[in-house]
Amino acid sequence: MFYPVFPARMLYKRKIQFMAGPESDLLPQLILPDGVCNPVRNVCKPLPAVKTYGCQVAKNSERKIEMEIKVVRKVLDVNDTMAAQNRKMFAEKNIFVLNVMSSPGSGKTTILEKTLARAEIKSAVIVGDICTTNDADRLAGTGVPVVQVNTDEFGGDCHLAAHVIGNAAANLDLDAIDLLIVENVGNLVCPAEFDIGEDARVVVLSVTEGEDKPLKYPLMFRVCNAALLNKTDLLPYLDYDKEMAVRYIHQIQPEMPVFEVSAKTEEGFDPWLEWLRNCVRQKLVKQNAN
Amino acid sequence: MHEMGIAMQVAEIATASIPDNMKDVRVEKVNLKVGRLAAVVPASLRFCFEIITKDTALSGAELHIEEIPVVARCRECDTEWTIAGPVFTCERCKSGSVEILSGQELNIESIEIADE
Repeated sequence: MFYPVFPARMLYKRKIQFMAGPESDLLPQLILPDGVCNPVRNVCKPLPAVKTYGCQVAKNSERKIEMEIKVVRKVLDVNDTMAAQNRKMFAEKNIFVLNVMSSPGSGKTTILEKTLARAEIKSAVIVGDICTTNDADRLAGTGVPVVQVNTDEFGGDCHLAAHVIGNAAANLDLDAIDLLIVENVGNLVCPAEFDIGEDARVVVLSVTEGEDKPLKYPLMFRVCNAALLNKTDLLPYLDYDKEMAVRYIHQIQPEMPVFEVSAKTEEGFDPWLEWLRNCVRQKLVKQNAN
Repeated sequence: MHEMGIAMQVAEIATASIPDNMKDVRVEKVNLKVGRLAAVVPASLRFCFEIITKDTALSGAELHIEEIPVVARCRECDTEWTIAGPVFTCERCKSGSVEILSGQELNIESIEIADE
């Protein structure tokens, strides 16, 4: 896994406890009631000490210094920074970016095949899988540019991170498209955590899964802007309670639009495509207004 | 599921936070704040952290994780409450217009070092 290094921002906690031997040359440096830090180089630059407190002089020369260094940084800072860079790049190119997530086998790829064939939007796709180029091969059949990302190169990751999207997008002609669809790795847990610089997120749920998926994976349904309930052509053969599933989705994200579709028969596709076209249109209008 | 990646990121930030003039110090503790909605399993994170910090400046450091509850505020009636289960509608007026105030944190707060 590749993580670039960013300098940490740090501040010293005001109260510092230490024990030091007499005449220790460390004393003036470490008494930092009003100490300040250089945040870029991580170098501590204490102000002249005016008061010594919290200081004990040990009888022997052994010295023990304990201190707490404030860090206050998001662990996923690096990803968030890269996501912001992606977002800026996509805004400059007037591209609406959609992050499509779901559990494995819910029908993401089939939905995208049909969507790309019918949407009449200039599009490209970045597709993430741990292994194989099967999905990319299928999507390429629609005639749109496709970039396959296999995450095993990045440690078999369970999600696409922002830097992966940035690198993959470099392989696309961004001036030629209005919509970039990212088909994330099939997983309802981790992709929800990672901002990739997208404008909207959709989650695909299929009626062959449990109705209570939203309750089991609440974060995924919290972070998404719309849900697709797929494989509705199978409903006559299943005991699936569709109303209950929609109710559970709304229990997690009360205002979420839910599109009931069958990727096989394309039933229910019109409202979904209209939603998507609207998103792309709104971004273009917004960008042109700027 | 991606705790190893997170542990590596934590170790990298913590190592970079050791002041330049104290490179021989022992890091005793790394303090993290992890929200209940952050999809991170503390036990798994501690396990990964222990493995990847072996023979580094962070070797033996305790990964102290403070779990942050999911607190929401209703935009309609201003009620604030702690969400314990997967229900994100206002517990008072049932509105769905809800703002999450905390629970998605994944922050490294501080490191504690000792120089002996």
